Amino acid sequence: MSTATAARNLDASPVAIELRNVNKWYGQFHVLTNVNLTVRKGEKVVVCGPSGSGKSTMIRCVNRLEEHQTGDIIVDGMTLTNDVKGVDAIRREVGMVFQQFNLFPHLTVLENLTLAPIWVRKMPKKEAEDLAMMLLKRVRIPEQALKYPGQLSGGQQQRVAIARALCMRPKIMLFDEPTSALDPEMVKEVLDVMIELANEGMTMICVTHEMGFARSVADNVVFMDRGEIVEMAAPTEFFANPKSERTRLFLSQILSH
Amino acid sequence: MSIDQTLPGSLAPEDKANLQAAAGAPEAIVAPPGGTGGPVLWMRKNLFGSLRDSIITVLLGAVLLYVGWGFFKWAVIGATWTAQTADACRANAGGACWAYLVEKAPFMLYGTYPFEERWRPTIVSLLIIAMLVSSCDRRMWNWRLAAMWVVGFAVSWILMFGGVFGLPYVETGLWGGLPVTLILSVVALAAAFPMAILLALGRRSNMPAIKALCVGFIELIRGVPLISLLIMASVMLPLFLPEGVTIDKFLRALVAFSLFAAAYLAEVIRGGLQAIPKGQYEAADALGLSYRLKTQMIILPQALRLVIPPLVNTFIGFFKDTSLVYIIGIYDLLTAGESAVKDPAWRGFANETYLFLAAVYFIFCFSMSRYSQYLERDLNKSHRR
Repeated sequence: MSTATAARNLDASPVAIELRNVNKWYGQFHVLTNVNLTVRKGEKVVVCGPSGSGKSTMIRCVNRLEEHQTGDIIVDGMTLTNDVKGVDAIRREVGMVFQQFNLFPHLTVLENLTLAPIWVRKMPKKEAEDLAMMLLKRVRIPEQALKYPGQLSGGQQQRVAIARALCMRPKIMLFDEPTSALDPEMVKEVLDVMIELANEGMTMICVTHEMGFARSVADNVVFMDRGEIVEMAAPTEFFANPKSERTRLFLSQILSH
Repeated sequence: MSIDQTLPGSLAPEDKANLQAAAGAPEAIVAPPGGTGGPVLWMRKNLFGSLRDSIITVLLGAVLLYVGWGFFKWAVIGATWTAQTADACRANAGGACWAYLVEKAPFMLYGTYPFEERWRPTIVSLLIIAMLVSSCDRRMWNWRLAAMWVVGFAVSWILMFGGVFGLPYVETGLWGGLPVTLILSVVALAAAFPMAILLALGRRSNMPAIKALCVGFIELIRGVPLISLLIMASVMLPLFLPEGVTIDKFLRALVAFSLFAAAYLAEVIRGGLQAIPKGQYEAADALGLSYRLKTQMIILPQALRLVIPPLVNTFIGFFKDTSLVYIIGIYDLLTAGESAVKDPAWRGFANETYLFLAAVYFIFCFSMSRYSQYLERDLNKSHRR
């Protein structure tokens, strides 16, 4: 399988996420400057860049955890506006995994997974629990279903968080530095789950510094700095011939040690 | 995973220990250094650790013994247990007069409620206590509990007022004693709690009008003494009502209490809301949960369990503050006790009266305190980090 074939297949598939000239300010601080990005159905995009470059802010705009001020964000054919119903509709289709897991500590693992399907999707309890158990098997921790998040390791918690997002049967998954808060020995178990998910054809945007993951999974790698998309290319191209000086500097810093 | 969890539960403890030892489970082999202690060791460590500690221990022990012995002499050895009139007690001035309590306790507990109808407040008090006790079990926390309370309140209402089913009507002016204290505190707090949740949420709202309304209410109510609020409710409010319209004084006190408690509880609950990490809100948002679902399923359950200690503190405070209704002439437990002291036939037994009242208040407050400790432990058991 070559990246070229993947790219050709993707050109034919419909657009899942589109950002057009998106700008965002925190007070006077310009966090996102004219961001343009198109993600097609089934495409996997890895976003990297130095801290404070606006990577997290960008993907948090996609499910409106952050509001952008100018430009358009179109997700799954719906344009993001202040309309609460529209935002909730998009959030149902977009799963998100956070750096700090953000599991609900007062609910068991199983309840964490079934809460949204039961209450938001109105799925019958039995069906939601079957789905949850199936997903827990997929992330390889079905035996933890009745435990509370506090009793699990970081890697297990993050896999629960992935399963929780998948339980809503989302069309798109957003990952916001999913392995940054993990102890090194737990990074792999989480990445393995993410790679599996990617291979099944999920549309993904992933903010991460795991360059190995980017190489093996991404269709496109985006480099952001100071709120701008500096460079975007297929991983082979991105790592072999970075075009901008800033990208080269960044890559030398994170790959040199 | 410890070996304990992997072993079948049917094994005898010795077998389990052997298996653990065989598996090299460290807890089976290495005991912690030092023994478990014992009272002598504890005393040497905590009471007689140094010369100074020993002197303090001996001095305080002597004071405690002296005061304790004095109380014991008054309350037990020299006490008058039975007497037909107060004269027998007065003759024995050095001891407590428990005969007085036997005579007067019913009055303190029931106030001026008609004598032959006293079985009604008795049932109401027992009913409220029974409902409170059964509400303590967390497995009961569902819609049945709410239904039980609604029915319980309706039954209490009918029993206390009467006027139906052949029960003579008893106006609130005649109510008194323990049922008044119980009804005031339970009903006021039950009404205040949901109001407080809404106020706390409103105070954190993004909508300026709602926020201003909640902040205004909380600050206004918190800014005035409870007594002035009670007097306003009982004296001022009727002045503004149209002629002929009267609202029961007891009901007005109840409303004043609820509003006051709501303002305080709202601030306690807001403290809990502020302690919930932003990530919890974001995770709920990202799953597409609506504001109501997010608040109800994710935020409040966590926020409320965080504020159990200050919440119970406020509950206990308000339970005792119900005694302030004596200002507007409602006969609660404390007021009933005070008028018992003034009874000409049994004048002058204030010590016994206040000891008795203190004991009654203490039983309720201490139960609340113990229950809150149990609840905290029980809720944290499952997900301690």
